[in-house]
Amino acid sequence: MFLTRHLGPGGWWFLLAIAAVAVAVPYCNLVLPPAHPFHANSYIVSLLGKYLTYALLALAVDLIWGFCGILSLGHGAFFALGGYAMGMYLMRQIGDRGVYANPLLPDFMVFLNWTELPWYWWGFSSFPYAMLMVLLVPGALAFVFGWFAFRSRVTGVYLSIITQAVTYALLLAFFRNDMGFGGNNGLTDFKDILGYPLQAGSTRAALFAASAIALALGFLIARAVTGSKLGKVLVAIRDAESRTRFLGYRVEHYKLFVFTLSAMMAGVAGALYVPQVGIINPGEFSPANSIEIVIWVAVGGRGTLVGAVVGAGLVNYGKTVFTTAMPELWLFALGALFIAVTLFLPRGVLGALGDYVEWMRRQKPDPLAHIEAQRQARREEAESTEHFLALAAQARAEREAAPAE
Amino acid sequence: MIRFLILLLLGLLAWASPARAQEPDHRALVAALAEGGFSEKEAAIQAVAATGDPSLVAVLEAMGDGALYTRKSDGLVLIGEEDRRQITLIDPLTRETLETVGSREVERVRVNNRLRRALSAAIGAMTLLSPDPNVRSEAAQSVFRSADPEALETLDEALARESDDNVRARLEQARAAALLETDADLETKRAAIDVITARGDRDALSLLVALRASSEGELQEAAATGAAAIERRLKRWEIAQHITYGISLGSVLLLAAIGLAITFGVMGVINMAHGEMVMLGAYTTFVVQEAIRSYYPPLFDSSLFIAIPLAFLVTGIIGIAIERGIIRWLYGRPLETLLATWGLSLVLQQAVRSLFGPTNREVGNPSWMSGAIEIGALTITANRLWILVFSLAVFAALMLILKRTSFGLEMRAVTQNRQMAGAMGIRTGRIDAMTFGLGSGVAGLAGVALSQIDNVSPNLGQGYIIDSFMVVVFGGVGNLWGTLTGAMTLGIVNKFLEPYAGAVLAKILVLVFIILFIQKRPRGLFAQRGRAVEA
Repeated sequence: MFLTRHLGPGGWWFLLAIAAVAVAVPYCNLVLPPAHPFHANSYIVSLLGKYLTYALLALAVDLIWGFCGILSLGHGAFFALGGYAMGMYLMRQIGDRGVYANPLLPDFMVFLNWTELPWYWWGFSSFPYAMLMVLLVPGALAFVFGWFAFRSRVTGVYLSIITQAVTYALLLAFFRNDMGFGGNNGLTDFKDILGYPLQAGSTRAALFAASAIALALGFLIARAVTGSKLGKVLVAIRDAESRTRFLGYRVEHYKLFVFTLSAMMAGVAGALYVPQVGIINPGEFSPANSIEIVIWVAVGGRGTLVGAVVGAGLVNYGKTVFTTAMPELWLFALGALFIAVTLFLPRGVLGALGDYVEWMRRQKPDPLAHIEAQRQARREEAESTEHFLALAAQARAEREAAPAE
Repeated sequence: MIRFLILLLLGLLAWASPARAQEPDHRALVAALAEGGFSEKEAAIQAVAATGDPSLVAVLEAMGDGALYTRKSDGLVLIGEEDRRQITLIDPLTRETLETVGSREVERVRVNNRLRRALSAAIGAMTLLSPDPNVRSEAAQSVFRSADPEALETLDEALARESDDNVRARLEQARAAALLETDADLETKRAAIDVITARGDRDALSLLVALRASSEGELQEAAATGAAAIERRLKRWEIAQHITYGISLGSVLLLAAIGLAITFGVMGVINMAHGEMVMLGAYTTFVVQEAIRSYYPPLFDSSLFIAIPLAFLVTGIIGIAIERGIIRWLYGRPLETLLATWGLSLVLQQAVRSLFGPTNREVGNPSWMSGAIEIGALTITANRLWILVFSLAVFAALMLILKRTSFGLEMRAVTQNRQMAGAMGIRTGRIDAMTFGLGSGVAGLAGVALSQIDNVSPNLGQGYIIDSFMVVVFGGVGNLWGTLTGAMTLGIVNKFLEPYAGAVLAKILVLVFIILFIQKRPRGLFAQRGRAVEA
């Protein structure tokens, strides 16, 4: 009953679209012969899979920015942490097939002359544990950070700048070799996941489907949150934080909840991103990446959820086209997009579309319009008559009062 | 350089002096250097040193450098200059170039570390009497390090003649060091230790530590006290050095952040393109220097004075254009401003990358900015010092503009109450544009300064933007004094952490510290109070 109550027709269409993509792309890749015009090669599958994880990330940002007014410029950090957790699992799966053939340690540790696995790598050979960490690590960071930030009422641009500082600090930290995360090169050369080789078409298709399912689940969760009473409070916080607090709501609790939830979604997105791309390195922590996520949401239209997904797809498709055709121009285009969207499309593509539909509906002639117009004219006539009579009465009263003086 | 001078000088001396008459005698002394085992060679070195003849220094130096050879054909000992297995032989006494031979026709005079020490002591003793004070000071230094009691006589002679106070001090320290190696009485040695303690640098410390290990009784105690005193002194200097480095970093942060303190602090506009304004200022300097290099090179030393106003104008005008074109449509929507200016920063970066290429461009230091100043054990490079001066000057100028000019008054009025200011006849839109232009222009000035110490590349600004925001937020928004304090505090804290934690970790720790600090005081160190806070 939740589905019918909160999803609405748009949501259904969106879920159907995702389901269609989740089935169609693997089908085009695995079943159709390479000569077929609709055949999707493995590059396309990975690319689209990457878009799906980006879409989930954008969804996470939209949940906090669009519905709670928290502009995080550090969401890339949660994405990357999830990615690193997955990367660590994949590194452990390499086993003794690395360059140094060390059964205990990943290659980069052998290279650094480490003799044993650091404690924070323990347990990552187990898939369920790694998946737990994918959720817990970003979640814990978001919880601790949010606990401090929201309680001391750091809001608005201050919060944005500090989230940016967090991801910057993590970027610097992960670049260090002695952190034990592969330093500059990050984690790469993955071989297989759950025993299936990563290069195989079927594994890629499965990862693609998993990404689509994760996106759909993320969308359902986000809709559930925004459609509930909790969601109403979040919007209230976005629009008038102090007033919401004065009405007796514990603003920081609501914010903390949604921020942590969003960070976990970003972590899952990162975990799905890494096996499809085949590498995770500290570059993912760079503040520029995090700001780019925000523009995906802004392009699609914030506070719409579907818009975030659309925006992530549009911008990243643009990026793929630009960087292959004319790499020089990509930053110009991206920069112009930032400016144009904030100046001319404050509600994003979806918002503009909505406005256009509304405008079109107003333009359409209403069959009952002339009747309404007649009624209106008569009403106005009556009002003016009344007005005239009232004025006349007032004048008479004044005239009568005058001789008494 | 000094060695070259000595050679030149000695060459002239050897050619003109009556020492020519003693040539056969010298020839025998030089020949002895190549004979026998290491102990015989050492004796020969001391014999050469005993002549005190400066013309023989070159031979000893050549021996120390492994450039002394025996010619196999006639057994003559000669100085050789090796160049790709070909050796040019030079007569050590007449300084004539004799011939160039293959490496098989000569045999190198071999030396070991003990001989090298003996050589440097001998050379030190022989150059102590040089007419050039720099050479004498240098020689005293090398005698101090070798602490050779053999040099005592020469030292006394040199001290008697010395007129330069600095060199005299050096000589006395060398004498003290040499005295400690003799069997002089305790009092003399104590006095010597005092002299060395007063010197107070690392060389003195290592000498006293060696003495502490080798001696016993009262002498050991005296050496230990002296060493401890030097250690304390060095510790103090080390702290002073950290503070100067910290202030230097702080001045850089101040320069980068102060423009932001105006746009963000006073106007409340988040300008993510601020770093790119800094970058444009640096590129303006580059263009100015290129123009000077190709049209009028003698002007190079004043290139920065031309670049400063130009950078201010260029970035100021770009800033005004940004305000009129983008930011004024976004007042009251800080998050959107942030995104739009970020987009702008991408465009500017890519524009510069397309125009000037993605690699670092060379921006030179004018001659008055190179070199270093030494105060005690402190070394401060001149460019760092100038940047500190420059940043304080910029800060003072901005304070003056804000507090003492009508523009500053109008600016503060608009910041405090826009409607009221407008009602009083201030053209608020114009003031907004000018303020933003001022902030951007100051960023351009920062770029001129940073071009002197950092790589000028399209990414220059990116490295400073987060630090700048941290400084402004830490110091407190809307308060230039806060920015100054914030910049200096962060600079010094960073430099104090660096030796313990390493550069990267220090930076991370500072970031974490600020993040925690903001939790405690969300409005910064110098928070605004009263009505302006929630505006």
